[in-house]
Amino acid sequence: MLVDIQNLRVSFATRTGTFEAVRGVSFQIGTEKLGIVGESGSGKSLTARALMRLLPQNARITADRLSFDGVDILKADERAMRGLRGKRAGFILQDPKYSLNPVMTIGRQVAESWRQHKGGSRKEALEAAVDLLDQVRIRDPRRVCDLYPHEVSGGMGQRVMIAMMLAPDPALLIADEPTSALDATVQAEILRLMEDLVSKRGMGLILISHDLPLVSHFCDRVAVMYSGRVMEELSAGTLAQAKHPYTKGLLNCLPSLTHPKPRLPVLSRDAAWLQS
Amino acid sequence: MIEVEQLRVRFGDNEVVKGVSLNVPAGGSFGIVGESGSGKSTVLRALSGLNGAWTGRIAIDGESVGPRRDKAFFRKVQMVFQDPYGSLHPRQTIDRILSEPLLVHGMDNIERRIETVLAEVALPNAVRFRYPHQLSGGQRQRVAIARALIAEPEVLLLDEPTSALDVSVQAEILNLLADLRERRNLTYILVSHNLAVVSHLCPTVGVMLGGQMVEVISAEDLRAGKTQHPHTSELRALSVDLEEPA
Ligand SMILES: Nc1ncnc2c1ncn2[C@@H]1O[C@H](COP(=O)(O)OP(=O)(O)OP(=O)(O)O)[C@@H](O)[C@H]1O
Ligand SMILES: Nc1ncnc2c1ncn2[C@@H]1O[C@H](COP(=O)(O)OP(=O)(O)OP(=O)(O)O)[C@@H](O)[C@H]1O
Ligand SMILES: [Mg+2]
Ligand SMILES: [Mg+2]
Repeated sequence: MLVDIQNLRVSFATRTGTFEAVRGVSFQIGTEKLGIVGESGSGKSLTARALMRLLPQNARITADRLSFDGVDILKADERAMRGLRGKRAGFILQDPKYSLNPVMTIGRQVAESWRQHKGGSRKEALEAAVDLLDQVRIRDPRRVCDLYPHEVSGGMGQRVMIAMMLAPDPALLIADEPTSALDATVQAEILRLMEDLVSKRGMGLILISHDLPLVSHFCDRVAVMYSGRVMEELSAGTLAQAKHPYTKGLLNCLPSLTHPKPRLPVLSRDAAWLQS
Repeated sequence: MIEVEQLRVRFGDNEVVKGVSLNVPAGGSFGIVGESGSGKSTVLRALSGLNGAWTGRIAIDGESVGPRRDKAFFRKVQMVFQDPYGSLHPRQTIDRILSEPLLVHGMDNIERRIETVLAEVALPNAVRFRYPHQLSGGQRQRVAIARALIAEPEVLLLDEPTSALDVSVQAEILNLLADLRERRNLTYILVSHNLAVVSHLCPTVGVMLGGQMVEVISAEDLRAGKTQHPHTSELRALSVDLEEPA
């Protein structure tokens, strides 16, 4: 098992007491694509970050088991964690532009990350960077290499992050909303690229997304989160037939191109979902 | 309410908006979709006065505007940015972020307005005393929308306002935007890569590719597949594919 999470909890001390953001999440992943969906603030990003121990300093984390690639994340020292992050596991963060270095050109950042894993000369690395940017369908990659993060569009920033993940050969890719700012054509291309990686290199993938139709088409399994818990886990293709009222409620909120609705239904939340 | 004629924007010798024209009547809403990097955000930034290096004509409410804008302009026109993290001051609490526009425009009832706007974007009152980094991605996006709405603008420029939001909050925000248009005759331009979202809110949609608006199409024709340009057809086909069950 590549990832094994049992009873993960993440909490914060706040002025008004302890806030439990993740409340007993469990799942396992092998070489497959797991989608995590669920409403904003339900703990999706924190769950993924906990796995890489990339949590805010004031976060308290406990788990019965939290292991990645055989490593006990709760016990591993900082050096072991650095060996995992970016090498055994690639992480595409939700705020891509924020995670890029603002004072380094795109080309240099991609080249540096390539060189860290593959070695080689600066010139080779820069050529590799151009190629990686091309693979994520950035037009005119040579021009873009010379731009700074604030000079690229939202979707370009997302793709730069993805390009940086392609250099090492990670065993797991964690992608937090990797395509949320991309148009449908580029999105389709990026998903194809990730699909390739997963099947060719035998990787695991955690895809966090608000886009239920996309997850349903692309992933093998889906975990539906609400208020820090997994409400249900189901095979992705059957998402449309979900039984849990929360999942059904989410599907119902979607606007549709082919079946327009005059007004969108909103979700009514039920306290009973959080019992048991 | 919004008139744009032959708008051109360049960065150095790279022209990224190549003569875009559009027209939105008061109380109307215009959607922009199109390829990533095609210049959608750049158009909105020129409209909102954030980028002075443009040529062409921009008029708001019948008045031509230049590169520089005054306080009255920002009272009338507000923008929600694509990147909500970058646009919120990291060291200011949400309360401070939301009161600032009210103080700038000398508006009263600050307390009540903040409470109302937070409820409108479905955020609990408790977030007032947090900092942006203590919120999830979608919660930050809602703060950005709340900040744009709080001074009651007449024109809203929305850049991917719901792409970081889950579908339940997205539904609430889209309903809110539809209501504001009805109640306050709000006019807006909505940039989104999601065709279902755009055609839900906007009767007219412009499609951008490589700095040009290659097609302007009614939401009705877009739904029906009566597209002209291949890029529009491709975007539509992919979007329809996803709507089919897996
Ligand atoms: N540093 C922090 N201090 C206090 N609370 C926090 C902190 N970081 C996150 N939270 C809270 O933890 C909860 C879960 O956050 P998380 O980022 O995991 O949500 P998410 O499911 O990824 O949401 P989104 O879809 O909006 O990105 C949220 O309610 C958020 O406000
Ligand atoms: N400050 C800048 N300096 C140089 N080039 C820039 C700058 N800002 C934007 N560009 C370029 O202008 C082009 C259009 O960018 P823009 O952000 O308008 O695209 P977009 O259509 O909003 O894309 P997305 O859907 O990915 O957000 C891109 O090629 C980008 O690199
Ligand atoms: Mg998140
Ligand atoms: Mg943009």
